[in-house]
Amino acid sequence: MGRSTQGNRLAREVPPAVAPPARAEPMRGCLESRELVIDVPGRSGGAALTLAVAPGQVWGVLGPNGAGKTTLLHTLAGLRAPRSGEIRLDGRSLTAWRRRDVARRLGLVFQENHDGFPATVRETALIGRHPWLSPWQMEGGEDLRLAEAALARLGVGHLADRLVGTLSGGERQRVAIATVLAQAPGVWLADEPTNHLDLRHQTAVMALLAEQARAGSAVMMCLHDLNLAARWCDHLLLLYPDGEACWGPRDAMLVPAALERLYGQRLATAWVEGAPVFVPAG
Amino acid sequence: MAGADSRCVPRAARGWAMPLGLLSLTSLLALGLAVAVGSVGITPEALWAVLRGEGDALSRTLVLELRLPRALSAFAVGGLLAMAGALMQVLLRNPLADPYVLGLSGGAAVGALVAMLAGVGGALVTGSAFAGALASTLVVFGLAHGTGSWTPSRLLLTGVVVAAGWGAVITLLLSVSPVERLPGMLYWLMGDLAHAGAPGAPLALLLVASLVALPLGRSLNVLARGPLQAAALGVAVRPLEWAIYLMASALTAMAVTSAGSIGFVGLVVPHMLRLSLGNDQRLILPACALAGGTLLVLADTLARTVIAPEQLPVGVITALLGVPTFLYLLYRSR
Repeated sequence: MGRSTQGNRLAREVPPAVAPPARAEPMRGCLESRELVIDVPGRSGGAALTLAVAPGQVWGVLGPNGAGKTTLLHTLAGLRAPRSGEIRLDGRSLTAWRRRDVARRLGLVFQENHDGFPATVRETALIGRHPWLSPWQMEGGEDLRLAEAALARLGVGHLADRLVGTLSGGERQRVAIATVLAQAPGVWLADEPTNHLDLRHQTAVMALLAEQARAGSAVMMCLHDLNLAARWCDHLLLLYPDGEACWGPRDAMLVPAALERLYGQRLATAWVEGAPVFVPAG
Repeated sequence: MAGADSRCVPRAARGWAMPLGLLSLTSLLALGLAVAVGSVGITPEALWAVLRGEGDALSRTLVLELRLPRALSAFAVGGLLAMAGALMQVLLRNPLADPYVLGLSGGAAVGALVAMLAGVGGALVTGSAFAGALASTLVVFGLAHGTGSWTPSRLLLTGVVVAAGWGAVITLLLSVSPVERLPGMLYWLMGDLAHAGAPGAPLALLLVASLVALPLGRSLNVLARGPLQAAALGVAVRPLEWAIYLMASALTAMAVTSAGSIGFVGLVVPHMLRLSLGNDQRLILPACALAGGTLLVLADTLARTVIAPEQLPVGVITALLGVPTFLYLLYRSR
């Protein structure tokens, strides 16, 4: 490892403090970016990101409001064009994949979910099966089983017949995650997956994403909660408001000085059960 | 068991046979009613005789040459307009979209009028109407999109103003054209089935559109959840949006060249169907073809009998149904 970008002082990869453990999980998904500069409206420069979210890894993206976290995730998912650079999904350029084949490999949990026409929770989760069905195919028993299992896994199985519009924010968030679970992608991109969730469900969702990684998925998520990131992510990407970025293994990134500069907020660090806990200081 | 499962009708489709069957039956009953009712009534027995190729000459002329073609035209036009409305509502994620309200019908009418005044006929009139509807679609959607996102008020204002502009152009064209060459002002501004020609072409287009809608249906369901969500689930959003623009414009153009600018069918029918059948476009679109057709057949029967021997333009009836529905939907969307 080491400095990965040529002549770009904005972007740097921090070498790991200790060698990462060898992993023997089956490879389900891998997402790489090469010299990727995301197109954040109103920002001219920006770090060139060259990183790989490998199977089994859980990456957290941290940064203040407006730093480009959502833009990065949408760019990595192919929903908006980067300013420059390349994205590779499972070893092949993202633009070379057909849209449907991308959707079979890569799932995105959106930060906000907009209602179109009224739909039930079950119909919403079934939508996740869309990329796996041909135009003439109807959702079959297996699709229904996967959708209902995903809803049950997120603890919203009992709401299957309710209209999504009648649910609470946290319940809707869990239905959105269940939809991606039914999609069964090898690469998970999640934009603040713990949005609207209570403490117990925050933990459950983070455990679910970690479990996906253990099963061979590559996971990247935007988070606002430093402590969730510290506990559940093995790699971190810090996006600074001026476009600067640095990334690397978690332990190398959780430096109070760097985090204080990231948020423009002084932090106090406590140690609980051997792990750092960050709280804002006066 | 996988083998048993694959022979089964997929679970989602099992509930669809009943509503589509009921709607088909209702369509046939409406067509029968339209053929039987008029200045000279025709009994069910006489109608059955005519349909078998028997019956007296007067009944045969009334049914086969006058009432049945008009009823079939009404059915086709109603189905086309309801499908066009449902497609635009998916595109906009807004139940207020309707080809008449958004100015597509007006654009198609101007296109058809220009072609007729230029002295061409037949398919060229429909082609010109299609160009007019498509131009109107692009203007409304392009302007309403602007720099921000579609908001209902912005879209509706753009559509209503464009429709008003087309109305003025129609009036201008009719004022400067020889009266006897064109069907009257009401036909182009309100819609009337009295001038409808042979129902073959609109019926064929309705059938084609229903078949095309089947494989697109699930993608439309995903698109109804927003373009970003649809793209993330593997829908090629741009091509699908273009397919909807083109389909909605073609359906509207064919409807307008057959019967003028009939309003609000595309608003009322999908709304009623969504209330009772849910939002799966694979069910809603064919149901729109049947229910839209049925509604316009009944409305036209009413229009030509309610103040007989005078006839109302059918657009009056659909507007009387549609305006309250529109206002209700607008009120509820706040």
